[in-house]
Amino acid sequence: MAEIWNGLTKAIELIISLDPEVIQIAGRSLTISMAATLLASLICLPLASLIHFRRFPGKRMLINLIQTFYSVPTVVIGLFVFVLFSRAGLLGGLGLLYTPTVMILGQMVLITPILLGLTVSALRGVERAIIDTARSLGASGSQTMVLVLKEARFAVMAAVIMGFGRAISEVGLALMVGGNIRGLTRIITTAISLESSKGELELALALGMILIFIALVVNILFNRLQQR
Amino acid sequence: MALLETVNLYQRFDKQDILKNINLKVDKGEIFALIGPTGAGKTTLLRLVNLLDLPASGIIYFGGVDTSESARMRTELRRRMAFVFQKPVVFNMSVYDNVACGLKWRGEGKSEIGKKVYNILEMVTLSDYKDRNARTLSGGEVQMVAIARAIISEPEVLLLDEPTANLDPASESRIETLITDITHRRNTTIIMATHDMSQGQRLADRVGVLLNGEILQSGGWHDVFNSPQNREVANFVRVENIINGVIALSQDEIVAINVGENVIEAVSDYPVGEEVCVCIRPEDITIARLKFSSSARNSFAGEITRMVSFGALTRVEIDCGFPLVALITKRSAEELDLDKGKQVYASFKATAIHIIKR
Repeated sequence: MAEIWNGLTKAIELIISLDPEVIQIAGRSLTISMAATLLASLICLPLASLIHFRRFPGKRMLINLIQTFYSVPTVVIGLFVFVLFSRAGLLGGLGLLYTPTVMILGQMVLITPILLGLTVSALRGVERAIIDTARSLGASGSQTMVLVLKEARFAVMAAVIMGFGRAISEVGLALMVGGNIRGLTRIITTAISLESSKGELELALALGMILIFIALVVNILFNRLQQR
Repeated sequence: MALLETVNLYQRFDKQDILKNINLKVDKGEIFALIGPTGAGKTTLLRLVNLLDLPASGIIYFGGVDTSESARMRTELRRRMAFVFQKPVVFNMSVYDNVACGLKWRGEGKSEIGKKVYNILEMVTLSDYKDRNARTLSGGEVQMVAIARAIISEPEVLLLDEPTANLDPASESRIETLITDITHRRNTTIIMATHDMSQGQRLADRVGVLLNGEILQSGGWHDVFNSPQNREVANFVRVENIINGVIALSQDEIVAINVGENVIEAVSDYPVGEEVCVCIRPEDITIARLKFSSSARNSFAGEITRMVSFGALTRVEIDCGFPLVALITKRSAEELDLDKGKQVYASFKATAIHIIKR
């Protein structure tokens, strides 16, 4: 118990003193997950609009499939990305394995189902009359899509935040494709798992607190948007 | 050439015909009112004309062009129209942006849009609200925004679905004035759906009666109102007395129609033996306590079975061997001392009768 207490106080010291390693790791976590979320959003928002607006056979199946992948284990995506980018893999020639870039790509793949599925749900929340009104006022297909995304902006933002939350809190994928290389691909979650297995609780606890703080901020934002 | 024309138009939902064989022609600058009860298919027809939905079968021509060609063309044609829904919705943005939308989508310049929006907001007296989120407006204000954003693009065809159904009388007359002013100046073609016959009468050049998905009659207001072509239309335009009879005599365009025990005389050239409906508008019937000689050819003794007053008018139901409904002023009902159970004489002119073949 004393050990944990000791670790906790030291962890707080590390945060307050803005320990360079803590700041660096937290910063990298944020950068990688934000980049992944941004990329995923750029792909998913238009794609979700297309899925929502187009009528095609198997649409319901596709949405079911997307929803199934909400909770796909991160290590499964990790394995998939690893195989793809390993030397013998399809994209092995790029030499991206164990770089932040491949971590961004991996997290992007990981959160795509959540972003896609929740954005489709968000768009469904926009009443039919809004779409009809837009079309009757002369909006083309793409102009209507943009308008509907705008109308659903709070729910869409909530979907993006959910995606970010999943990206920043995952560990399996970052470990597998990032390799937890100090100063290069070490992020909050991988650092915590390494430090705690080494028995060095201070750094692990400090990073854990930062992660919880980030989760708290994300949640507050999420709730605010849900209430709009 | 008609600006808008529909040919054999059908619309179907769940294997049910919502619209049947609609053949409509509307000329440029014309104001056409679709009248009919709720559920008759008025909104469905307007949606087809606005090219929002595709018909089950049939063709819509806009300016002589077949609109079924491509989606891109339908968008282009839709930009020459505007449609105000019965229950308009506003976008979750400012009043200004709501009104500006249509012009933005048509690719107009910012300063041009600004000028037009200010102008139109002035017209609908919503200038003070331009920065407010449109979602916070009242029902009447939303209606104003909906009309403003429709007319701002100066459409060639304006489609109005019950434009004043959820407004108070003052706003209603303001909107009617606005519509007639603007459209008159720009020679806009209007197709409006209304269940309010008096509104149709006030605004429209021509009306079409839509009942159960079919246009049963169209023409000038006066024709439809006074000479309905069949029983359903007669019913809808509130010809309250529709009596079945058979023509018994015909001479010099005057016919005698057997109605049970009684004979009604009317102006008509239907031959003897024809089975007909005798239509008499309730306001064309006069009531007296004593049998008097007037120019009215038809006069029947009867007993008042029911009396209902609304506003300045009183509806009197009389049993003369056949039921008759008369509409008289409340004052004359009082002067005649009418009451349920009293004996009266109901009279109407032969020329006030419209005859429909059964």
